[in-house]
Amino acid sequence: MNVMQPIDHIRGGVHERERHESGHKHVTGTAEYIDDIPEPAGTLHGYLGLSERAHAEILSIDFGAVSASPGVVGILTADDIPGENDVSPAHKHDDPVFATGKVEFHGQPIFAVIATTRDAARRAAAKAKVEYRDLPHVTDVLEAEAANYPLVVDPLKLERGDIEAGFTKAKHVVEGEMRIGGQDHFYLEGHISFALPGEDDEVTVFASTQHPSETQHMVAQVLGVASNAVTVNVRRMGGAFGGKETQANLFAAVAALAARKYRRAVKLRPDRDDDMIATGKRHDFHVGYKIGFDDDGRIEAVDAVFAARCGFSADLSGPVTDRALFHADNCYFYPNARLRSRPLKTNTVSNTAFRGFGGPQGMVGGERMIEDIAYALGKDPLDIRKLNFYGGEGRNLTPYHQTVEDNIIGRIIEELEASSDYAARRQAVLAFNRGSQVIKRGIALTPVKFGISFTKTEYNQAGALVHVYTDGSIQLNHGGTEMGQGLYTKVAQVVADEFQVDIDRIKVTATSTGKVPNTSATAASSGSDLNGMAAANAAQQIKGRLIQFAAERYGVSEADVAFEPNTVRIGAERLPFAELIKSAYAVRIQLSAAGFYKTPKIHWDRAEGRGRPFYYYAYGASCSEVSVDTLTGEYRVERTDIIHDVGRSLNPALDLGQVEGAFIQGMGWLTTEELWWDAKGRLRTHAPSTYKIPLASDRPRVFNVRLADWSVNREETIRRSKAVGEPPFMLGISVLEAISMAAASVAGYRIPPRIDAPATPERVLMAIERMRAAASRADGDK
Amino acid sequence: MTDIRDTIRFLLNDRLVELADVSSVQTLLDFLRIDRNLRGAKEGCAEGDCGACTVLVGRLLDGRLKYESVNACIRFVASLDGCHVVTVEALAQPNGPLHPVQQAMVDTHASQCGFCTPGFVMSLYGLWMENPKPSVHEIEKALQGNLCRCTGYAAIIRAAEAISSIGEVGNDPLVSERGKIARELAALRDGRRVEIGDEGERVVLPASLDDFAEVLEANPKATIVAGSTDVGLWVTKFMRDIAPVVHLSHLDELRRIFLDPGGITLGAGVSYTEAYTETVRHFPQLSELWDRIGGAQVRNMGTVGGNIANGSPIGDTPPALIALGATVTLRKGRSRRTLPLEAFFIDYGKQDRQPGEFVESIRVPFPGKQDRFAVYKISKRFDEDISSVCGAFRVTIGGDGRVADSVIAFGGMAGTPKRAATVEAALKGAAWSDTAIETAISAFERDFRPLTDWRASADYRMLVAKNLLRRFYLETQGASNVRIDRGVAVAVQEA
Repeated sequence: MNVMQPIDHIRGGVHERERHESGHKHVTGTAEYIDDIPEPAGTLHGYLGLSERAHAEILSIDFGAVSASPGVVGILTADDIPGENDVSPAHKHDDPVFATGKVEFHGQPIFAVIATTRDAARRAAAKAKVEYRDLPHVTDVLEAEAANYPLVVDPLKLERGDIEAGFTKAKHVVEGEMRIGGQDHFYLEGHISFALPGEDDEVTVFASTQHPSETQHMVAQVLGVASNAVTVNVRRMGGAFGGKETQANLFAAVAALAARKYRRAVKLRPDRDDDMIATGKRHDFHVGYKIGFDDDGRIEAVDAVFAARCGFSADLSGPVTDRALFHADNCYFYPNARLRSRPLKTNTVSNTAFRGFGGPQGMVGGERMIEDIAYALGKDPLDIRKLNFYGGEGRNLTPYHQTVEDNIIGRIIEELEASSDYAARRQAVLAFNRGSQVIKRGIALTPVKFGISFTKTEYNQAGALVHVYTDGSIQLNHGGTEMGQGLYTKVAQVVADEFQVDIDRIKVTATSTGKVPNTSATAASSGSDLNGMAAANAAQQIKGRLIQFAAERYGVSEADVAFEPNTVRIGAERLPFAELIKSAYAVRIQLSAAGFYKTPKIHWDRAEGRGRPFYYYAYGASCSEVSVDTLTGEYRVERTDIIHDVGRSLNPALDLGQVEGAFIQGMGWLTTEELWWDAKGRLRTHAPSTYKIPLASDRPRVFNVRLADWSVNREETIRRSKAVGEPPFMLGISVLEAISMAAASVAGYRIPPRIDAPATPERVLMAIERMRAAASRADGDK
Repeated sequence: MTDIRDTIRFLLNDRLVELADVSSVQTLLDFLRIDRNLRGAKEGCAEGDCGACTVLVGRLLDGRLKYESVNACIRFVASLDGCHVVTVEALAQPNGPLHPVQQAMVDTHASQCGFCTPGFVMSLYGLWMENPKPSVHEIEKALQGNLCRCTGYAAIIRAAEAISSIGEVGNDPLVSERGKIARELAALRDGRRVEIGDEGERVVLPASLDDFAEVLEANPKATIVAGSTDVGLWVTKFMRDIAPVVHLSHLDELRRIFLDPGGITLGAGVSYTEAYTETVRHFPQLSELWDRIGGAQVRNMGTVGGNIANGSPIGDTPPALIALGATVTLRKGRSRRTLPLEAFFIDYGKQDRQPGEFVESIRVPFPGKQDRFAVYKISKRFDEDISSVCGAFRVTIGGDGRVADSVIAFGGMAGTPKRAATVEAALKGAAWSDTAIETAISAFERDFRPLTDWRASADYRMLVAKNLLRRFYLETQGASNVRIDRGVAVAVQEA
């Protein structure tokens, strides 16, 4: 046994600013996405044929020209499906792979063409002649209500306190409404699946999916085979943001269907426009609210209805609209509250998960109510916010009856007010606006509290698989998927930390249903919380065996065996990690383990609207200042300051990237990203030429982003970190509110501008016009 | 008898490529990814907006070799004859050290999902070669055509600022070997007309301007392709057949800019990037507009001539050029005619261009001393967006303080770029004052009946058109804070 010089710490342990495990591959173009996988000889390509009507009966389809088109091998319709023609993740049988009989939105897949090249398949698909009989269609939430369209799932009601008594007691009652637009994910890599037929009924699918297990189950369901015949693999996605939580299933199912039918490898990748037309997005909402408050602005009662454009099927609309209600309170205590959801069917693509999962829409609605109070009372909205924060005796219970136990918003706000110099800058903005006719400024500081856990309790479990090879190298696999967020890096850091080996010794392999089964979607910001714990558990099992072995071999107590940087200390001596592994193998110690984790403490009774759906909350706040041109509605974000809570960060560099990226994405949602349907129910903003996500030049001119480095998760999460994927998305709300303040300036800050989202230059200018008109009416009344 | 070559030849990284069989619709991106298995460049949108497919193309003009970022997704392979295509695969050898641009991106954690990253690397590489120590504003300008959905860009800006601390431009092969590569490319340019494909699939690269005129007379229905920033989408989005195709790649004569005492003449093949310096020198008011045409890749490919010839009602340059009194010269065979630019646009989708005729040049006269000129582009997103409204104003104020003449032209307000004739008439002879402006503004309703679409509603367009005249007036009065200051970004924090 060697006596080794101990080193201080390993490379790439937890809390380190470790670079993304694929960074060097991203920059060289060698990171392999599904479309980059070399195709086997004879690979075929599919292309979907989409509905050209928003709502219609299909009378007939003439495929003559399609079949005759060069390179066409075959056409798939619902008739070719041996299993179920359904990929509904809610198991409501309302999500056909291929429409039959009727179409329910413009862009709904009806058939697929399989051809020798993608170009041939795509050209052929455009040649189908579908005869329709139009039915009345509805694309808008309020129109759906008016037309008595059904709900796609049962609505949720959260109720606490006595709402009527609250309004009776309140000195002020304000009613209002707001429209909140949806959002396209605009992952840079569009949907894609690549299926390879195997022996018997087997098929392997490389899918750009956040939920390989569900994709596996859906492929099996469509093919009519058992799940054990289907393997779904995903090494990485080129972005997902929720857009590949359920929406990948159809592409995987069609590719697998074709692979089974033609016994060839089949790839299916829609063009960007078709991807945007045929796959779900963030839900658009209409919020109708009534709020009661006292002279100081303290909330007495809130009554709000959140109606969502769900599209033609349920998909994830139930939990999405639930989460909107869960976040309508944001950081504020509502003594009496009634919050109701209206998940409405519409003749649009079925809306789905998107970073925040309804939470952002709920929070925007809640913050709009705060703004209304502030403008009604002529106060700084931040004062209203602080007055209503959770905290203090009897003021910690949410509308869903979970007690807020880990509230740190007060400290975050205090620090951000200081670091952003909020008070002085607000005064400067007010002064600027007094002296400037055309350009107006606005500043807003908004908080975020976001609940962490899947609200469906059973999803809060995870598995991992860790192998230690005889050369001391480690292979790590877990159920989480890599979509850029750095999950593979973080989980590898956890495993490196457990074994106390440099991270280079660990290779993370592609997520595969064949390695870790029955996984949950990498969603709800849960990736590192769940998979980090599962991987740690696997590593601990192996470590336990190694410790027992070493104690026995060297005759020391187990307490005297410790994993130290790249070595194992056994009593007074040290052994290189690889040497210990070699000798453990020689005496037949199992060097592989499957880890498992389930989140403790959580429970939720939807029917009662009570429980503890969230293990903990993540917090943050942002302060944004904008300039607005009152002649055109154009604006620019001059400065944004952010402090965000990630608990004890597993990787501050990656977490900072998540916060910066989420803020910009949230800002885009609320400003320039507009989904626009025409009278025929066609989405007309379906490509980057028409759908405008933020560019580098849209970044705030000054952008100060900081993690709350003092925060430690009070719950026993992986290394006391917190989830980071979704919460910072809602930091973008400060931009909308700052624009709102600039608009309010033209009417003396006494009328709420009520700009609907997204606040495009058009909506901003039109709000300014309304404000001017209202101000002159008010002047006329005097 | 014209001397004809029947292959396309270009350099791809360190290799010469010679292709006899190139379809008229073959894009560079598909060629790289499918034919050559070079899969670093990605397809994100197939319409030249996201930049995931960005590669560099080096091309010669008058013996000088310059590398520019382009969108491979809408660039036709045939147009690359005589060029050097550089893809991300050329930057670092497998297992070799990373290129300074790549190293900077890794060091600053500037990639997340990584799908857009090769495109960013190529855009930043192109910038760094020309401008090793760019300002934040210059970086943002170079990245207008690159979308990232993950990072929020802050880390990418940090990377761009760090490149020069990692490596010297002079050591880069494309810089140190430039003379040699230029000679190789010059050798490929044999002065012959290139013709490939048979009937119905014909692609022609005329050898000279006269040759072009001849080819077009013989193929009057041919699709003329300059930068392919528009025609590229006919293929990738509408799957149109465009053959026969005539590429302007070899027409150096069309890429020239001439100055005369009274104005500037742009050859129809001059790209926005090539036109930038001279245009902005003589018309400083065009600088912001020019910086907002597409992204850098589109400006490197697209041409002013193409912007005009395709007659879009929302083209970026026509309103400004009409307001400046530009004329367009068309040529057919040996005959030429010149007409005011505004007359060229007849109706939506209809221009005054006969079969066999092509746009040869655009002449823009310098404004007079008494002229006030401005152009304003309004769009949903500031950069790389299409106008909802674009208004250009040139007003001549006489010594008596009255409006002697005015030209006011708008894009986005009608089926063509169109003058506000009634507004102009209302201003004529009026004292240049807010009273005159407010009087004239009501005339907009008679000049335009704009449409509602996804870019803007009719009401917004009308209101903004009026307000832009108000803005113009305020600016001529020297008012401050009339527009948002789009100056340089102040700072990006260190991470």
